[in-house]
Amino acid sequence: MLVNQFLLLGAVLFAIGVYGVIARKNAVLVLMSIELILNAVNMNLIAFALRNGGDAAGHTFALYIIAVAAAEVGVGLALVLLVYRNRRSIALDELSEMKG
Amino acid sequence: MLASSGLVAQNIAFGIVALMMVVGALRVVTSKNVVHAALWLVLVLAGAAAQYIILSAEFVAVTQVLVYIGAVTVLFLFGTMLTRAQLGKAKDLNNKNWALGIPVALLVLGTLVYVLIDTFGDDKVVDNPGDVPNVPVQAISDSIFKPYLLPFWALSFVLLAALVGAIVLARKD
Repeated sequence: MLVNQFLLLGAVLFAIGVYGVIARKNAVLVLMSIELILNAVNMNLIAFALRNGGDAAGHTFALYIIAVAAAEVGVGLALVLLVYRNRRSIALDELSEMKG
Repeated sequence: MLASSGLVAQNIAFGIVALMMVVGALRVVTSKNVVHAALWLVLVLAGAAAQYIILSAEFVAVTQVLVYIGAVTVLFLFGTMLTRAQLGKAKDLNNKNWALGIPVALLVLGTLVYVLIDTFGDDKVVDNPGDVPNVPVQAISDSIFKPYLLPFWALSFVLLAALVGAIVLARKD
């Protein structure tokens, strides 16, 4: 097992997630793309943990990232729900009040 | 690459699961149906759990299944249900200038691939195929509650704030 095969898989997932964040209009789909990006990061952390002789610190921070991602999805979907309730739409390109 | 680096079975498993994950991720960002995108995301998350098991991180893999597949996917499906009347196909899931995402993503991917290959080249995860290190759960808990206790506390406050914030945002006054 090369360490690069896991890192390159993480890079591919990261790039796909970046594409999804830019291309998608639906806010729920943008949140899903952010999950792809966070998973790519976790893959790197676990690969490096094994490369450093089974370092438990890598696993610890992967677990922390999983917890932060869960919190982020909870707050993100609450925000999406609020936007939907106020505007009956979650299309992100219609939220332009902050444009001068 | 397969024969030279040892651990042939692990490499074959990696290839199959990695292909599955990339196809699933592409379907997440191209699917015309939000529910289908959520279900393709489950495939990617399950593939990530399988990769963690290949990398001998069993506890992280189990947590991935519990938290991501068990909880986050259900949250996504609930979010879809509560924010959209129709669950079928939708035409307007992409931005007007969605094509701008392709060069940006390719640029990110190209940079990452170049840097990774330049830096790590043919480095192996384990030098000797015989001694893949085992990380016991006890070592992870020691790591969480001894050197990384402060981030653990911070994380507890983040979760508390997220819980309270989600309730405050989502409740009807």
